[in-house]
Amino acid sequence: MDFTSILSLVIAGLITNNIVLVRSIGICPFLGVSKKLDSSVGMGAAVTFVLVLSSVVCYLLYHFVLVPLEYEYLQTIVFILIIAVLVQLLDIVLKRISPSLYNSLGVYLALITTNCAVLGTANDVIANGYNLLETVVQSVSVGLGFTLALVLMAGIREKMELSKIPKPFQGLPIALITAGIMAIAFAGLGGMTF
Amino acid sequence: MSKAELKETALGGIISNPVFVLVLGTCPTIAKSDTISNAIGLGLATAFVLICSNIFISLLRKLIPDKVRLPAYIVIIATFVTLVQLFVAKFLPDLNTSIGAFIPLIVVNCIILGRAEAFASKNGVLMSALDGVSMGLGFTLAIGLMGAIRQGLGAIGLTLFQKTAGGFIVFGLLMALFNFVFYIINARKTKALFEKGGN
Repeated sequence: MDFTSILSLVIAGLITNNIVLVRSIGICPFLGVSKKLDSSVGMGAAVTFVLVLSSVVCYLLYHFVLVPLEYEYLQTIVFILIIAVLVQLLDIVLKRISPSLYNSLGVYLALITTNCAVLGTANDVIANGYNLLETVVQSVSVGLGFTLALVLMAGIREKMELSKIPKPFQGLPIALITAGIMAIAFAGLGGMTF
Repeated sequence: MSKAELKETALGGIISNPVFVLVLGTCPTIAKSDTISNAIGLGLATAFVLICSNIFISLLRKLIPDKVRLPAYIVIIATFVTLVQLFVAKFLPDLNTSIGAFIPLIVVNCIILGRAEAFASKNGVLMSALDGVSMGLGFTLAIGLMGAIRQGLGAIGLTLFQKTAGGFIVFGLLMALFNFVFYIINARKTKALFEKGGN
């Protein structure tokens, strides 16, 4: 695998195929946890970590356990269980090792299990037939793309708190429309190739 | 169960619509409401999983220990999702190419786990089935409405609305519209109450 194909995976994950704003996966946390800048950074970091870990574990399990046993149709059940277990494990480990990080992430950690970005990426990696290196690159860039979208949105929403918005649009409607306008910008870069 | 409870459950899909009022399951709503057929297909697939998982979780609610209930629910839901996945792949190949990637994601659709936790784990089988039907059809109705609007706008040349950006914008505008209608209804209600109660 050469450098340009890695670079195009990174650009796609970050911008042109951004998981939230172009593929519209993982919107619940994107809308729910984008009210404050610092909590959005924490959520982004937690999701990225779980995403990379679960993609790699799911990749290994699929190719070395499910395929040899011909149990591929169990993919969805096995993957969601792996993700749930990993999140629970991370919860326990972080509580022991780094209580400060645990406290800053604590609330969001449990929510990651039901984040479709995590399961979506694990499924994508299998569907696209990536190898291990591509899997790692893809999941890191998707996670960073998620964080980027979340942080940008939080920055805008913090400013929006101060502006006058018509009453029916307050809260989620204006956030959705803002996200739509951001999505136009992200999709506009879609023609870029290397 | 009383008649009022029955009515409340049956109308739950409309009054507390999972998409526009509870704001659950936004990912498939935005991603796959680009055409009516995609929207209805995914809506019905989700409704099927919701009804089946509600029934089974309600049946097993006294057997599942409280501490491991979430993993147990997820396994039940994932089983039905796998059934739908295999069925669509075998019998509806066209639908499979357009919404195939989103079918496994029904597992993490918050509507299903939300109803399991909030309703099916506390109520009897029949009520849970009714709740599943009502919520499932409410979801299908909402995503179908979005699909109709977006396909219509796309058909008159505004193809932007069939992309993700359009999904966000249409969803935002619809939600604002519903908020507006609620405000008017509430304002009328308080006004009527005021006039009736006062002097």
